Amino acid sequence: MASSPIESRWIVTAPPHMAGPDSTPRIMWTVVLSLLPALLFGFARFGISSVMVVLAAILGCAAAERMFGSRKQSLLDGSCLITGILLGMTLPPGMPMWMAFVGGVFGIGAGKMIFGGLGNNIFNPALLGRAFLQAAFPVAITTFPKGGGSFFTLVGDTFALPLMRPNLGEGGIDVITEATPMGLMKFDQEPTAIWNLFLGSTSGSLGETSAILILLGGLYLAWRNYLNWRIPLAIFTTVFALGSLLWMIGIEAYPASPMFLLGTGGMVLGAMYMATDMVTSPVTNLGAYLFGIGIAIMVVVIRVWGGLSEGMMYAILFMNALVPFINRKTQPRVFGTKRGLKTKKPEATS
Amino acid sequence: MALKHHEYSSPHFLGGVHPPESKELTAHLPVRRMPFPDEVVIPLSQHIGAPAKPIVKVGDHVERGDLIAEAGGFVSVPMHASATGTVKEITRWPHPSGNLTPAIRIAVDKHSAQVPRARTIPDWRGLSKPELIQAVQDGGVVGLGGAAFPTHVKLSPPEGTVLEYLILNGCECEPYLTTDHRIMVEQPRRVLTGLLIMMRALDVKVGLIGVENNKPDAIVALQEVLPEYEAELKEHGMRIDVIGLTVRYPQGAEKMLILALTEREVPRGKLPLDLGVLVQNVGSVASIAEIFETGLPLLERVVTVTGHGIRKPSNVLVPIGAKLKDVFEFCGGVTMDARQIVMGGPMMGPSQANLETPIIKGITGIVVLPAGEVKSQEEYDCIRCGHCLDACPVFINPQRLGLLAKNMRYETMQEDYALNDCMLCGCCSYVCPSNIPLSQLFGASKAYLRRNG
Repeated sequence: MASSPIESRWIVTAPPHMAGPDSTPRIMWTVVLSLLPALLFGFARFGISSVMVVLAAILGCAAAERMFGSRKQSLLDGSCLITGILLGMTLPPGMPMWMAFVGGVFGIGAGKMIFGGLGNNIFNPALLGRAFLQAAFPVAITTFPKGGGSFFTLVGDTFALPLMRPNLGEGGIDVITEATPMGLMKFDQEPTAIWNLFLGSTSGSLGETSAILILLGGLYLAWRNYLNWRIPLAIFTTVFALGSLLWMIGIEAYPASPMFLLGTGGMVLGAMYMATDMVTSPVTNLGAYLFGIGIAIMVVVIRVWGGLSEGMMYAILFMNALVPFINRKTQPRVFGTKRGLKTKKPEATS
Repeated sequence: MALKHHEYSSPHFLGGVHPPESKELTAHLPVRRMPFPDEVVIPLSQHIGAPAKPIVKVGDHVERGDLIAEAGGFVSVPMHASATGTVKEITRWPHPSGNLTPAIRIAVDKHSAQVPRARTIPDWRGLSKPELIQAVQDGGVVGLGGAAFPTHVKLSPPEGTVLEYLILNGCECEPYLTTDHRIMVEQPRRVLTGLLIMMRALDVKVGLIGVENNKPDAIVALQEVLPEYEAELKEHGMRIDVIGLTVRYPQGAEKMLILALTEREVPRGKLPLDLGVLVQNVGSVASIAEIFETGLPLLERVVTVTGHGIRKPSNVLVPIGAKLKDVFEFCGGVTMDARQIVMGGPMMGPSQANLETPIIKGITGIVVLPAGEVKSQEEYDCIRCGHCLDACPVFINPQRLGLLAKNMRYETMQEDYALNDCMLCGCCSYVCPSNIPLSQLFGASKAYLRRNG
């Protein structure tokens, strides 16, 4: 045996002894950063109420993360902040704060923490929170106030007490609502100018109106390799193709141009940020294309033939559920073989 | 200096990573010979295959270059005394792999001139093929690129094998290392002679030397001496090309190198031999040439001693069996904040804590990392970003394999997810943002399956 003792300063670990620059918190905080322009645009347009809604959603997410989480640090990795911001951005700016808070708690609690926290959830937590709100408060979530007023004017019953009926419309706080482009199309067959959709000067959810800022944020993330660009590419291309087809055939109930389909609703935010959520989208690149195509078909079907004006949320949640299946069926082709591996039986782990 | 080599335009392998190269620490430094230490320790197992069998006993006097252990079989090589001295002990000693393995300790005679015994130097052109193979085995030559596979075994392909290409691996894709780089720059004739010997022995008509484009001086050095060999190559209808390759880790992995140079994928479960290709490291063929130049067996090798944790990064000619502490002393010692010693390249080399560990034939470099550069071990749950799938050069699914490994489902990993194709290159671990030790998990899973499968 060696005569000299081993110095305790030497660290022994397994190779590789170098690590790339990316880390999970760094990815999460970069996503938060890239969301800020669209979020600030929403704040500027809809005023103090929208700030309150987003804050409440973030607080709800953070509360659930801390309450059900096993690690204190999980609050610092930035992932629940993303959920809070994304949830807030999909809500109408005049929504009562307590509802947004409940949505955040449900999204993180039932959408993420019961699966084991970051990385283990099946559904996008922000969309699950929104789905819950849609089911629980169908009126509040479809009341869209008109934007563009003074910043400090409340545009809704922001401070309504929990479980009270929000005091909207006649006799309550004076709220001027405005139909969204989606609603106009769905119920009145009236299109909105594409340019307005693109810039965001319409009514709608507080963070979804400016397509261009969301696109820019998403492109930045794609450039950093923090989102799989194949997913939005597949969604946009498929929606455009299907939309063109329907436009040429001409459906009386839904005279929407393909550009209208692309520019409205949560389409851009959903395709860029919700569908590309790393945890709930496929890991394989072929799977990413299939996932995007599936979302696009679902969303067009819901919008044109369904009873809702908006379909992005359900389309993504539905495809989230198929991700383990897609992953299993799109295993990469192993080096030196012709085709991918065939797996024999379904896996218990996802 | 104008670049004379042509950039190879063929698409390189897919996947892989490009870590900071950090080769500038030693790339320009000529190889220096270190003084003989007080003691050398020669492990009996420095190669893939059976350990060597000692033929000396304690108290014997040995001269530099003497045989001290004979090959333990065909897939094995003999060991030689790398310094003149007295056999002190035959015992179990720390090995770079982390285990204690049988080794011969030799107390070096401080007053010896370290001159080897007079010997006849065979002319390789006059040797028959079996004699040549025997000479290479007797020289103790193994692959010097890290795996340490006995070279004479590669010279003895199964009957009926037709070889089309002999590929020399001068990629040195691991960060920090400049061992092969310096050998190509300083000993281009040995590299080409060694290649010629192998081509003649195996009757291969085309020799390809693949060098990453970050070593233009090595490419130029080889191309400058190539004309000296033209006549002999022409006489036998042979050809040698020096080809610059994309700088990307793991370009030097056998399958990736073959793909880049021949545009062929080695079929899964097959060997390069089945494609008519044989790959050898540049340092190994240089040591073959050296055997027939000096008559001496493999007694020393070039080792890059580098990293920000060493005071004087150097390319050192180290006697086999010199201890880490002696090598460090020659390189000015380690810095105050040095925290990790890696034997080999930082992507695949194991780390070592015992400075009594000897340098063996397969050690390409020693990288000493200071406190600030030691990889963090903080781990997050997998966020399924899929970056590991993009980085994997053999296109397996490290994400799924990692989850399966953590659930100890080793058989499923093997049967459904091609664990065996993993070559533990470490690309997946390198890119993982959650810092999951994927390649470590796969190494452990493979070890489990070897033991229980």
